[in-house]
Amino acid sequence: MAKYIIQGATGDFEVVLGLEVHAQVTSNAKLFSGAATDFGAEPNAQVSLVDAAMPGMLPTINEECVRQAVRTGLALGAQINKYSVFDRKNYFYADLPQGYQISQFKHPVVGEGIVKIDLEDGYTKEIGIERIHLEQDAGKSMHDQHPQFTYVDLNRSGVALMEIVSKPDMRSPEEAGAYLTKLRTILRYIGSCDGNMEQGSMRADVNVSVRRPGEPFGTRCEIKNVNSIRFVRQAIEYEARRQVDIIEDGGKIDQETRLFDPVKGETRSMRSKEEAHDYRYFPDPDLLPLEFDDAFIDAARASLPELPDDKRARFEGELGLSAYNAAVLVAEQESASFFEVILDETVKATKKPAKDVATKVANWVIGDLFGALNKAGKSVADSPVSAKQGAELLALIEDGTISGRIAKEVFELMFETGKDAGTIVEEKGLKQVSDTGAIERIIDEVIAANPGQLAEYRGGKDKLIGFFVGQVMKLSGGKANPGLVNQLLKPKLDG
Amino acid sequence: MTDLTKLTIAAARDLMAKGELSSRELTEAHIKAVEAARPLNAYVAETPEMALAQADAADAKRKAGDARAMTGIPVGIKDLFATKGVHTQACSHILDGFKPEYESTVTQKLWDNGAVMLGKLNMDEFAMGSSNETSYYGPVKNPWRAEGSNKDYVPGGSSGGSVASVAGYAAMGATASDTGGSIRQPAAFTGTYGIKPTYGRCSRYGMVAFASSLDQAGTITRTVRDGAIMLESICGFDPKDSTSVNMPVPNFEAALTGDIRGLKVGIPQEYHLAGMPAEIEALWHQGIEWMKAAGAEVVDINLPHTKYALPTYYIVAPAEASSNLARYDGVRYGLRVVPNGGGLNDMYEATRAAGFGDEVKRRIMIGTYVLSAGYYDAYYLKAQKVRQLISDDFKRAFEKVDVILTPTAPSAAFAFGEKSDDPVSMYLNDVFTVPASLAGIPGASVAAGLDAQGLPLGLQILGRPFDEETVLRVSGVIEEAAALKAEPKVWWR
Repeated sequence: MAKYIIQGATGDFEVVLGLEVHAQVTSNAKLFSGAATDFGAEPNAQVSLVDAAMPGMLPTINEECVRQAVRTGLALGAQINKYSVFDRKNYFYADLPQGYQISQFKHPVVGEGIVKIDLEDGYTKEIGIERIHLEQDAGKSMHDQHPQFTYVDLNRSGVALMEIVSKPDMRSPEEAGAYLTKLRTILRYIGSCDGNMEQGSMRADVNVSVRRPGEPFGTRCEIKNVNSIRFVRQAIEYEARRQVDIIEDGGKIDQETRLFDPVKGETRSMRSKEEAHDYRYFPDPDLLPLEFDDAFIDAARASLPELPDDKRARFEGELGLSAYNAAVLVAEQESASFFEVILDETVKATKKPAKDVATKVANWVIGDLFGALNKAGKSVADSPVSAKQGAELLALIEDGTISGRIAKEVFELMFETGKDAGTIVEEKGLKQVSDTGAIERIIDEVIAANPGQLAEYRGGKDKLIGFFVGQVMKLSGGKANPGLVNQLLKPKLDG
Repeated sequence: MTDLTKLTIAAARDLMAKGELSSRELTEAHIKAVEAARPLNAYVAETPEMALAQADAADAKRKAGDARAMTGIPVGIKDLFATKGVHTQACSHILDGFKPEYESTVTQKLWDNGAVMLGKLNMDEFAMGSSNETSYYGPVKNPWRAEGSNKDYVPGGSSGGSVASVAGYAAMGATASDTGGSIRQPAAFTGTYGIKPTYGRCSRYGMVAFASSLDQAGTITRTVRDGAIMLESICGFDPKDSTSVNMPVPNFEAALTGDIRGLKVGIPQEYHLAGMPAEIEALWHQGIEWMKAAGAEVVDINLPHTKYALPTYYIVAPAEASSNLARYDGVRYGLRVVPNGGGLNDMYEATRAAGFGDEVKRRIMIGTYVLSAGYYDAYYLKAQKVRQLISDDFKRAFEKVDVILTPTAPSAAFAFGEKSDDPVSMYLNDVFTVPASLAGIPGASVAAGLDAQGLPLGLQILGRPFDEETVLRVSGVIEEAAALKAEPKVWWR
């Protein structure tokens, strides 16, 4: 795997990256209030008295959010802290009703863990997780609603976020992208975050610094709130180049917070270190320390599904799938479970061991089904052909009822109409002909109709057998069993 | 008929139970008393219509055989308890016009128990003060005056309106809150009974927060029995307050047996302050004698970290307050001041400058300072450690004794303006009450005598966590022994 190097006028630089990912916890209610969390509700329609910080209102912890954070920690193989503390992070802003954000500062609920990322050409790399803590989201200031005033929407105020902090272990935009992709996959697998970056359920703060290889870490800049994997890569490329240019011009990097402008493709300064807030963190006296027992952790662990890395290993090891097929299938949980259901059904229908049909099933899912879905702009979740229906189709191929070629035709019709494979085969009379007598009759007819080609064949032009097979298949309307045709044709041609 | 406003809660309850008195009669008498007591400035909002409606509902319930502990009893509510649709401002300008859409758990429990609301009571702004001089609505006057004098005295604070209304016969009882002594010190200054239960006994839901780890609701009444009745009606676990404790609430009135034989009463040596008025020392000594006479065993104890309590309190409480009061920003409710052409920061500055009084600003600044980067460890963190030591002092003491007896305050009520220019001397008023607040233990102040000028003095009883019953029992014994016949001369009606 090629190293990501920024070539400056005075030499090479490498980039050092760490990500802080804010992932909205999947939960019906907010972290400290019972208000709903649906996306796209009317402004201020999902605001409780607590979220609006009315006088005398108190936060009470939503256990489901804690459970999701613990599950996330377990999925990242991380240390789970049975004792953690909620702190107040104090600052003033119009969309922060309490005047502080409840977060976890000194004692986060999850400690160190690891994410294994998948890079080009099958390379993998382990990225360290520093910590995961729970915190409240702020509301949203809307500056474009009125010429004079800013409007505030508090629907997001108090929504539970997990802040997943990586170690500065990434060295290229690709690695950062792969990290986000993998993290998103894991979160979606375990259902602790929907990973929807467009809707803001997942956003990243990207810490970027550069150095000449072998030197200590440089001064970092933090690019706030980047909301797509593509933008993360772009922001890193721009920011790394900017820092290299400054250093090469004899300048010094100022530690600061920057914003990425996706329209111009550049980062710009938001506030410098001097302007940085003093957040005056202290333990929130309205909340007791968060404590849970081993039983809580065990229950969280028991609720975890098979994780993508394990699944991939099993697909390759037990089912004999190629690395490529396995990787494609586990990338989204929907794809993986579609594959597993269809494989299961196919095994049932064909009574063959999974290992014998798995590759055929995988090829069909990735080639035929995903191809059709892509063309139609649909996801696996809304596939017009269910896993069960797909399995029936594959079983029909497997038991010789239809040929592979006919199967493609049948699949197209299934995709269009949603009908079962058997019904279509029946309706259209596509059943493969495996009746020896019937095939022999067709062969005889073809031989009789092509005396010239027969003479040439018998004269030594062996290749002409393909011509005869084609003619037989054509005459049978594609329904003749190709194996049988091959088997019966040769003796007849040979006379 | 006798003056109904001079009845105790217990007496009124018994008369109503016998059908000799209706809540309507009792409430009408109190509504008149509230109007007549306006010179005391105890109420910042009067709610007579609501009171009469609640009184009629109470009478109907009683008729239906559904009378509870507080059914038909007219009470006043400190302005920091959220009351739905009614003035709730913690007596601050910054909450101008604020009427919540919700009810605090403490007041809801009172209404569920049948109580009648006369109105909202004056207090120091955000409960920050010991004389009720920091209220945006002006100071409350103590119903008590020195003998032969027309001079006005402070009622203590921050629950100044609570104690003045109860001592001044303008409420049978009142809710109050105690962060560093705001129930006990004003009770002592007005000859009333004030009890602060264990931290966690009463829900803080709907109480405007001052310092969350210290704030605790309690009651002001004219007798210990009334205190037991009213306190029981506001205690109890509340899932809406994470710091509320899930423990059954005992029958507090049943704890008033008058029998303290064999009880061990601790006398903390550190509470003998240099320069404390001799009559306070004398009263304390008298209290010790009463304990012995009632068959209790008096034991000298040590609370070695007592002298650090005030400085610790004045770090922890302002720190929490600086954060708790950040929500008053002019954005969503209450006062909003926007200078011409001003932006968000200008609005914050102008709103908070106009909305908060000097004492509140002082504490926000202290609190912000002690939490700042570079000072946190030296102030806030150290204070938390000392707080633990103070708490441990009590824990050790309660291994030896059942209750602790001390004076409530180092002086009787003082005149207006006497201390308001000197924050430190004002803070010293809480020297005996603050340690118990830091430790979260229950405490009460019971009227035990008068000073040479005829102003009331109180003794403080501190108990083990969740042992309000012993605190109440000892309070009852002192009340009976003191047999204080004096009451404030009614000069305000």
